[in-house]
Amino acid sequence: MKLVAVTSCPTGIAHTYMAAEALEQAAEAAGHEIAVETQGAAGATALTAEQIAAADAVVFAADVDVRDKERFEGKPTVTGSVKRAINDAAGLITEAVDASKNASKHAAPASPPPARAQNVALGFGSRLRQWLMTGVSYMIPFVAAGGILIALSFVIGGAEIAVMVDGGTFQGTEYPGVASLSDLFSEAGIAGVMYKIGSLAFEMLVPILAGFIAFGMADRMGIAPGVVGGLIAVEIEAGFLGGLVAGLLAGAVTMALKQIKVPRGVSGIMPVVVIPLLSVFVVGFIMIVVAGGPIASVQSALTGWLGGLAGVNAVLLGALLGAMMGFDLGGPVNKVAYLFGTAALASSNLTVMAAVMAAGMVPPLGLALATVIRRKLFSQQERQAGEAAWLLGLSFITEGAIPFAAADPLRVIPSTVVGGAAAGATSMAVGSTLMAPHGGIWVIGLIGNPLGYLLAIVVGSAVTCGVVVAAKHVGRSPAETSPQAEASTRQAVAA
Amino acid sequence: MSDLITVDLVELDLPGQDRKAATAALANRLAKEGRVTDVEGFLADVRAREEQLPTGIEGGIGIPHARSAHVTTPSLAFGRCADGVDFGASDGPADLVFLIAAPDGEGAEHMTILASLARRLVHDSFKNALRTAPTPDAVVTLIEKEVLGR
Repeated sequence: MKLVAVTSCPTGIAHTYMAAEALEQAAEAAGHEIAVETQGAAGATALTAEQIAAADAVVFAADVDVRDKERFEGKPTVTGSVKRAINDAAGLITEAVDASKNASKHAAPASPPPARAQNVALGFGSRLRQWLMTGVSYMIPFVAAGGILIALSFVIGGAEIAVMVDGGTFQGTEYPGVASLSDLFSEAGIAGVMYKIGSLAFEMLVPILAGFIAFGMADRMGIAPGVVGGLIAVEIEAGFLGGLVAGLLAGAVTMALKQIKVPRGVSGIMPVVVIPLLSVFVVGFIMIVVAGGPIASVQSALTGWLGGLAGVNAVLLGALLGAMMGFDLGGPVNKVAYLFGTAALASSNLTVMAAVMAAGMVPPLGLALATVIRRKLFSQQERQAGEAAWLLGLSFITEGAIPFAAADPLRVIPSTVVGGAAAGATSMAVGSTLMAPHGGIWVIGLIGNPLGYLLAIVVGSAVTCGVVVAAKHVGRSPAETSPQAEASTRQAVAA
Repeated sequence: MSDLITVDLVELDLPGQDRKAATAALANRLAKEGRVTDVEGFLADVRAREEQLPTGIEGGIGIPHARSAHVTTPSLAFGRCADGVDFGASDGPADLVFLIAAPDGEGAEHMTILASLARRLVHDSFKNALRTAPTPDAVVTLIEKEVLGR
């Protein structure tokens, strides 16, 4: 029988390796093959996708979280403490063998091994996807918690809660905003507090995404430059795409710095001072000086261009704004379209705002729909993100789509762009209006021609769903396919 | 790179019973050799690790260890204790104590040496040879042979 294992302990210099050795000995003694990934301080040699695919069962001997656990999704798994693995490795191996036997009893008749040749080393594309998935998996709780809190605050406090807290104009009423957090509860109530907490959680989306992409690439040393790069991406309004760039950049810079050989006298301060200092500075410098300027000028160019489109056909304008809303899901292009909508709202052009909001609701809804009708195309984490995405989409929290887009941007972004365009165009075509700058389905009372508006959302969501399902079938290498999807294709071939 | 262990880092007659005293005795040896700059600071790091999860392993092994800013050179101090020292293993006190000191940070080559040391510790033959080694010199030779392959 073929087994794989991951060992991991708090310090990563002793028990991780003892457990690995004990498991290897016990497996050999029982006549099984085992490959162990030691997630310790000496750096982990990752199990290859082929080793994992070929394994009959997985053993986790870990006192701290196993990194990149989603690689093992769908495999029979046994989990024990590191000490258990050292003291009773034979017992864990026996359990793993039993788990595998039980799993194959319940599963469909053993599927034949895939005939196609598997690529041996993990290609760059698969590694890139793994890095992105690491970032996304740490980000998802922030999306879920922050998004749902914001959505609930709209339900409880009405859509004006956002301007009550942040200041601004809603339906002609001017709100000064809450200046001090200590006054928040008394001035804006529980809904205001929920909105604030949710907003702060949302501000962490991009830093966490960037920080943990870099962590996936360069281990702990990647977190600082990644998080700082992500914070700057927020500051320069670069959105989640800026966060992806910051994370990959931070990971690459840190990996490069770790390669540098230095005299032994200096090597002690490398990880403590030199690498953090240099990596944070380099990433920050590039994000601010190199990336910041172009993003700002693209934004102002787009704004000027949109302003010049005053006389254009309304349906076309709706499609264009919708596409922009779906492009970067809260990023710079999305912001330009949204501000164009609120500016139109301020000058009493209510159809533009309706198109913008419809297009902003579509990405999470369309992707949530896709996770339901084509479950197997999505990882378990994406499916969980899909469950939260329903509420986020209905609440016009476009960021609900980011977990999908960040994990697989080239396939997901086209779907949100096209779906957003469809929603924007439809909303314009049916002449829906909206008198609020946000609120989603909770401000349905302020929407003119609500049935037409709902139609726009249904059309847009269906288009997003269709495009993403089609795109997910294009150009996937076997290693990228999720285990379930692979299993089902194999069974289909066998049948 | 200087050696992982030297005869001055071996104590064949550790004071028994008290985990703290045993660890401190070994840590002082590391400090005397200039491998640890601040004994108290290093011991605090070791205690912090020990409090997360006791490091004792069945079969009479205690492995207090830490990655610490107070460590200059990756080092092993080895102690033998006839009376046994409790390191929280389920089957009782440890008679072999390995104090592992690693500099803070990660990724460096020395970590692989500590890793291969840890791997040897689960082999009964290695443990038994350490129990019967007559002199500190024999201990050092044994560890160098098993861990570093020389």
